[in-house]
Amino acid sequence: MTRLTRREFAAGIAAAGVGRAAPSPPPALTVGFIYNGPKNDLGYNQSHAEGRQALRVLPWVKAVEEASVPETVAAGESMRDMIFQDGASVVFATSFGHYDPFTIDMARENPGVQFFHCGGLYDERKHPKNIGIYFGFIDEVEYLSGMLAGLATRTNRLGFVAAKPIPQVLRNINSFTLGARSVNPHATTKVVFTGDWVLPVREAEASSSLADQGIDVLTGHTGSPRVIVQMAERRGLFGCGYQFNQSSMAPHGFLTGAEWAWGTVYLKIAEMIHQGKSVTNGTIPRRLAGTLKDEFCKLSPFGPSVTPASRARVAAAKASILNGSLEIYRGPLRDNEGKIAIPAGKVLKIEDTELDRMDWLVEGVDGRAKG
Amino acid sequence: MQSQPETLGLWGIAVALAGGAMRGSIPYMFVSLGECLTEKSGKINLGMEVILLMGAVTAFGVSDVTGSPWLGVLAAALVGMTLGALHAWLTQQPSVNDVAAGIAMIIFGSGLAFFFGKRFVAPMAPQLPLIDLGSWSSAGAIRSALRISPLFFIGIALAFALHWIFTRTSWGLKVRAAGDDPQAARALGINVNRVRFIAITIGGALAAIGGAHLTLYFPGIWSEGISGGQGLMAVALVIFAQWSPRRCLAAALLFGGAQALGPSLQSLGVNGYYHLFNASPYLLTLGVMIATCTPHRRLAGMPGALGRK
Repeated sequence: MTRLTRREFAAGIAAAGVGRAAPSPPPALTVGFIYNGPKNDLGYNQSHAEGRQALRVLPWVKAVEEASVPETVAAGESMRDMIFQDGASVVFATSFGHYDPFTIDMARENPGVQFFHCGGLYDERKHPKNIGIYFGFIDEVEYLSGMLAGLATRTNRLGFVAAKPIPQVLRNINSFTLGARSVNPHATTKVVFTGDWVLPVREAEASSSLADQGIDVLTGHTGSPRVIVQMAERRGLFGCGYQFNQSSMAPHGFLTGAEWAWGTVYLKIAEMIHQGKSVTNGTIPRRLAGTLKDEFCKLSPFGPSVTPASRARVAAAKASILNGSLEIYRGPLRDNEGKIAIPAGKVLKIEDTELDRMDWLVEGVDGRAKG
Repeated sequence: MQSQPETLGLWGIAVALAGGAMRGSIPYMFVSLGECLTEKSGKINLGMEVILLMGAVTAFGVSDVTGSPWLGVLAAALVGMTLGALHAWLTQQPSVNDVAAGIAMIIFGSGLAFFFGKRFVAPMAPQLPLIDLGSWSSAGAIRSALRISPLFFIGIALAFALHWIFTRTSWGLKVRAAGDDPQAARALGINVNRVRFIAITIGGALAAIGGAHLTLYFPGIWSEGISGGQGLMAVALVIFAQWSPRRCLAAALLFGGAQALGPSLQSLGVNGYYHLFNASPYLLTLGVMIATCTPHRRLAGMPGALGRK
């Protein structure tokens, strides 16, 4: 007689109708999430972990997760464990470096499993069909956040601590500055690049030197700008967050911030899979992208120092963005070297792929896009 | 939110470097003093990186739970002592290599630190009180640079105390003897293993206090990337300082200041070459290593039996 494991034995009993009926049906769908960093970083990783939490409202979903998965073969192993041990039929890989080649290889190995990757560069000709890409455009929220910074500043100098001069970061610096200058044409933004996504000591040092230069609103784009927001509070300045709600780091000086709302995306994809759709056969779109309007991202709750008048101006601008009357990349726009970046009469929609190749900083930014 | 802060222009670089030296030097100072004591006894502890990390996570957790940052520092020191003792015990086993044991400690300890660190959901723990020496100035930059952590002064005092211990006390002589020539020390009736055990354990405690600075003042948060190689840099710094506690102090100040160079140049409008400026502490290490090391002679001040039983 072959040896039976306890699990096989239990399954056999259940199949034969010997055991008692289970009180509730088991979850029909198991999904797995992998994050690059810790779930409590108050930044990018936590925004995805919070998105996973949103799935709790669906009783038929079981969501497993693993944090601090490096962008190495470990990412592939982690996905494999989720598929074979937890029975995941859907995997969300949330970090850019999880995509190539780890998600691609896993998708090839497991054609029955659907993979969704945040922000990957999908290539129709080379990559398997069971991969979907999702991402968000947060420029408009940065614009609104920049408006509050422009209204709050007394010195007209804003500080931006950024990780690397890649298009996504430059877009945020530019849209933040455009927002600030829309309400305060004298406002300028000073950028300091740190060189990597998570460097808490250097981010603190950068925030501190910006404060020394008379900057009175600090924000940033790093894995988690909580250090930047905290340093603003410590120096008696204003702070705007990014990635996740960082108001807890600055009870007095927090203005607002641009944060992700991945729960919207995860609920949408889970519902579609529940209806029997799949990215493999094309019934789920290959690319799922959204903006402020689609609630892929949102503004953090306002801090205590935001005046009712400022709130009203931001609310009005938000309404204009939502009804389409306010386009933030509307020509003529000059870059900070005096060249025309977007000519007069041209409007770039937020989803326009031309923006994904952005390599310039807008007029009013003190900094250089090329290292 | 205050009145218009004064800006300092180019003086800003000097202020930023001085401020950076006083803030950023503290982890380097404590780890290098701890490693200096360890190596003077003839042992190498590469695990300092992870003792720094465990010190950081312990100080954060204890400060958060008890509300007392000083209890956090004390708890960090105790954890550092425990890890130091573990390393001391390991490396005194027959045929255990110091460097290999140190690397094993790094892997083990970072897993442990991340495991405990996962539980912290509080964004901040109560921070260490600062000593305000800049209230005379109206410039925000100077006031901020002169808000100094008490650990900075404790570190300076420790460097001089350690120098005094090495040169003026019999225990210091025993440590040096154990590090220079353990056979001769044994012949003199010194219990070399015990001396080394104590030196490594105290060294661990010092390094962990450096970690407490990271979570309780600058940058003042817990993050898995908080140590960022500073522990290993500090080990290199001991070679740079030629095993002298007072030179360790100077080297730590230099590194702390160099760390502030990249960000402060950029904030002043020097926008190019920031990768180069950001790398200045590492370039400094390399430069000094090249300048001080030759294959033909032993490094000045190096304990004779470093890394040997």
